[in-house]
This record gives sequence, structure tokens and C-alpha cells, in this order.
Amino acid sequence: MKEFFSKYVTLKKYNATVAWKKAKNRKMCYLFLLPYAVLFTMFYVFPVVASIYYSFTYYNILESPRFIGLSNYISLILEDDIFLIGVKNTFLIAIITGPLGYIMSFLFAWLINELPRWVRSVAVIVFYAPSIAGNCYVIFSVFFRGDAYGYVNAALINLGLIDTPKLWLIDPKYMLPICMLVILWMSLGTGFLSFVAGLQGVDRSQFEAGYMDGVKNRWQELWYITLPNMKPMLMFGAVMSITQAFGVCDVTMALCGYPSTDYAARTIVTHLFDYGFSRFEMGYACAIATILFLMMILCNKAIQSMLRRVGT
Amino acid sequence: MSKDKRKKELINEEKPYKKKLIKRRKPNRSIAGDIVLYLFLLFVAFVMAFPIIYAVSSALKPLDELFKFPPRIFAQHPTLDNFSDLFVTMGKSWVTFSRYLFNTVFITAVGTIGHLLVASMGAFVLAKYEFPGNQAFFKLVTVAMMFTGYVTQIPNYLILNKLGWIDTYWSIIIPAFASPMGLFLMKQFMEGLPTSLIEAAKIDGANEWKVFSGIVMPNVKPAWMTLIIFSVQALWNNKASTYIYSEERKTLVYALQQIQSGGIARTGQGAAVLVVVMIVPIIIFVFSESQILETMASSGLKD
Repeated sequence: MKEFFSKYVTLKKYNATVAWKKAKNRKMCYLFLLPYAVLFTMFYVFPVVASIYYSFTYYNILESPRFIGLSNYISLILEDDIFLIGVKNTFLIAIITGPLGYIMSFLFAWLINELPRWVRSVAVIVFYAPSIAGNCYVIFSVFFRGDAYGYVNAALINLGLIDTPKLWLIDPKYMLPICMLVILWMSLGTGFLSFVAGLQGVDRSQFEAGYMDGVKNRWQELWYITLPNMKPMLMFGAVMSITQAFGVCDVTMALCGYPSTDYAARTIVTHLFDYGFSRFEMGYACAIATILFLMMILCNKAIQSMLRRVGT
Repeated sequence: MSKDKRKKELINEEKPYKKKLIKRRKPNRSIAGDIVLYLFLLFVAFVMAFPIIYAVSSALKPLDELFKFPPRIFAQHPTLDNFSDLFVTMGKSWVTFSRYLFNTVFITAVGTIGHLLVASMGAFVLAKYEFPGNQAFFKLVTVAMMFTGYVTQIPNYLILNKLGWIDTYWSIIIPAFASPMGLFLMKQFMEGLPTSLIEAAKIDGANEWKVFSGIVMPNVKPAWMTLIIFSVQALWNNKASTYIYSEERKTLVYALQQIQSGGIARTGQGAAVLVVVMIVPIIIFVFSESQILETMASSGLKD
């Protein structure tokens, strides 16, 4: 055992010296990477670590942080009912809009792929525009206005489906579905572009080989040829849509108000804002951020291991 | 050669377009399926475009049409009154319109240029050189793409506060340099460059900086454009309200959205604001679409 251990140490030492020598030879590389690495560490790595640290403390900016162990987490999960509403809403939104938006992105990218070039570029603009249109989503509050001026109310009254206008954005019953609709409208983002570009890059000879081997219709072609070729893009798109789905807050805050009626449209991020920037309970807010961070990373890992099995 | 055969060939040559159309159709597609799918696509495209079209048309409506009952979708007497009203309102605020515009343009321009430079320098060595820590660092960057910026917002505030950058432009600009998305796309695109190109330059005696600035950067122009567009989109839409609280340093989008929240009397101006805010990213995208798509083709995540 001892012998094994000493051998292991020698091996590690040897590897380390090799790495060190290589690193010395590549000084320029580190110099090139240095500016990015410093900024990245400062604004992405360090904040995550700091957020985990602060989540175990009570910190209100004025006093220095005081260590209080797990009590932030305990009160989040056991006492904070509004946080649980937020978690429920975030999960509902993520589970519905995440996969749907992802499938929509791929489906539309795939459908426009065989169109002539100029039609395709117009279609890409039409589908992609909502996700970059700033805060254009507030226009939905006109469609879903609570009085008879709202288009949806007017249409439903004219059809005779309802007789009094519904308060779409004030009644907790309707808030989440409407927010999901708006989020879906905006969900053809970076992942969609990646799919469009990836589909153009699939090798055409593979399709021809497919016809020879008896691929009968477009769906078989999709499953056996297109999807396996698109795996890297599918992974990238999944990362994008998960990140988007868990970070929802702008839409719900703009449409349903902040805070919304009965907190019915509260998400984890809204809760984070509330504690971080309204109540200045930074420790508590950091605990929320840490939970959100863990949720997103775990979800990403799970989806990636699922996507590895596509087309097999 | 018989006359008939020649004639047939001529006909075939005269109608190359028709022939091409038939050839382009993949043999395993049903026409019915095509029609159904494209009709569906057309319908969805209309639904997607509708809110944007509506926003533009209501920005063009005169005030009396905005509150007409029953409401109409298209303006009957389109005017630009809402836009001129918007500039009048902006002109009356104590921070002038040009100052807000300057803030946004400054933040966007400096942030984008810095991001482009810093990220492509990092991406260059990550893509083209082997060195210890290379893979690990890139993994870390991809992990950073997996969570939203909201997670790091509070510690970021504390860090910026320590640095004394709160309420300055730098609180928006400097973090924008390190956006992981830009480095990721740039690195993936640079990996497509042939290594022989770099080796040839090295044999000719170019050092790393020369290789980077003289050979690699001119060859990855599509990726530049993509980085610029993503960065401009992010910075242009940045309200900056958490890090900047002095009115004279706030961004245009923030000021415009303040007008939007001015209630029912400003409905028309609000619609004009929507158009002003969304038009810039969309126009930039329209003009750079092909380059962005070229870059995105190499955006895949390998395991």
C-alpha cells in the first residue's frame, strides 16, 4: 500500500514538472489569456464563490457579515412561503416554456432549412426579431388589457365566449399562462440561430446515402440523419434555453407588476431582487442566488446526458 | 446526330430552371406534407410578427385612433406625431436627450470594442495552442454560460462597490468585457482556421502577436461581427438602473422607459419608445445576418 502511494506521488510530481515546463514554454499564451482570465474570474467565478459564502451569513451592507450557518436556507425552505411560490412558478415556467421553446426553435429552423435562400433569411429575421426587440413584450399588456378595449377580451366577447371582460393580468388564475405565452413568443433566440446555421452545415451526401438505404420520409430522415449530425448544436441550444427559462423575471415584472397580485407571478429572480435590492438582506438574497445557481447547473447536466442519446 | 435528339437537348438547355427545381426537391418528400407544413409555417410567422407590426402601427397612430372603440389594428391616418412628441418630452427633461444618447453610445462602443479585443485574444490561444490549463479554463467558461447573470448580480454589486466603480460607466463596461458567450463563439470559430496558416507565419518569423493581429483576426471577420452584434444588443438594452443612479449617467433605454411608464396620456409616446428601442438591434441584425449565421455554424458544444 505504502509503495503504491509513493509511486502515485512520484507520478503526480513528474506530471506536475512536465506541465510546469510546458507552461514555461507557453508564456505568451498565458499573457494573451490574462486580461480575459482576470476579468472572468473577477465577474463570473469570484461572484459565485462570494455568493455561496454570503449565503451562510447575515449581511446588510452596513454591518460586516455575521456567520449564521444554514439558517438562511432553513428559513427559505421552511418559513418563506413566497419563495416557495417563486420556486413553483419558476419550475412551471421552465418546464413548459423551456422544452417547448427548444422544440419550436429546432422545428422552425428545420422547416425553413429547405426554403430558397432569400425566403430563409427573411424567415430568420421574422422568427428571431421578438427575442431582440428590447421590451416590445409590453405590447402584450395592450392585447390582454382588463377592460373591453383589450383585443383578447373584445374578440372573446364578440364570439360570445365570455360576457364580461376578464382581468387577464390581475387575476392570479390567468397570469402565468399569459406570461408563458409571451416567453414562448420570445424564445427563438441564440439557440435558434445556432440550429439554422447547423442545419445548413449538414453534409448533403449523407442524405443521398440515406435515400439509397431506404429512408422513406422526412421524419425518418430527421431522426436518423439530421439529429445525430446536429448534436453539438442541440447541446448549445439546450444550454441557452435552460438559462433563459430559469432566469425569467423581466416579462413577469413588466406584465403582472412587481409585486404581482397574491405574488402569483413571482419567480425566483424576482424574489432575489426583492431581498437584494429592496430590503438589502444580502445574505438571504445570496442564498436564493445559490439555490438558483445549483438548480440551473444540475438541470443543464441532466439535459446534456439525455441529449447524448439522441438518434441512437 | 439526329435532329430530334438535338432538339430535345436544346429544350432541356432552355429550361434549366425547371429542371433544377425538380432536382432540388428531395425524393422522399410528399407534396401534401410540404404544403401543410409551409402553410403552418406561414401562420406561425404571422403570429410571431404580429406584436411587432402592431407596435409599429400603434406608434404611427394619432391620439384619437389609439383609443378608438372598437380598436383597429392598422392606423388609418399614419403620422409621426408620436415621435415628435417623444422628442419634445425628452427635450424638456433636465438631462438632455443628447446626454442620454451619449451615455448609451459610449457604454455600447467602449464595451463592445474592449470585449472584442479581450475575448478574441483569449479565444486565440485557447483555440490554437496546447498549454496546461487550456481545457479546464474553457470548461469553466462553458459552465458560466449555464447560469444567468442574475445569480452573480449581488456579489458583482459588492465588488464594483469595493472598486469604486458604482455610479460610473465602468460598472457596465468592464463586466461586459468578460461575457463568456463572446469568448465561446470566437474560440469555436477560430478552431476552424487551418493550423498550417499559423505555422507558415511562424516559420516566416512572426511572433504570437503578429500571428494574432495579422493572420488570425483578418480571417475571422464573421466572428467579429457576431461578437459585436451580441455585445451591442446586450449593452444597448442595458437599463443599468442597479449600478448607476445619477440621472445624468443613465442610459437612453432607461430614460425612454421612464416616459413609457407615464400613464395613459403617454400611450402614443410609449409606443414610439418601443419602436425606437427595438429598431436598433433589429436593423443591425438584418445587415449582419449572413455573418452571424456563419459564426453560429461552429457554435456546437462538444462533450
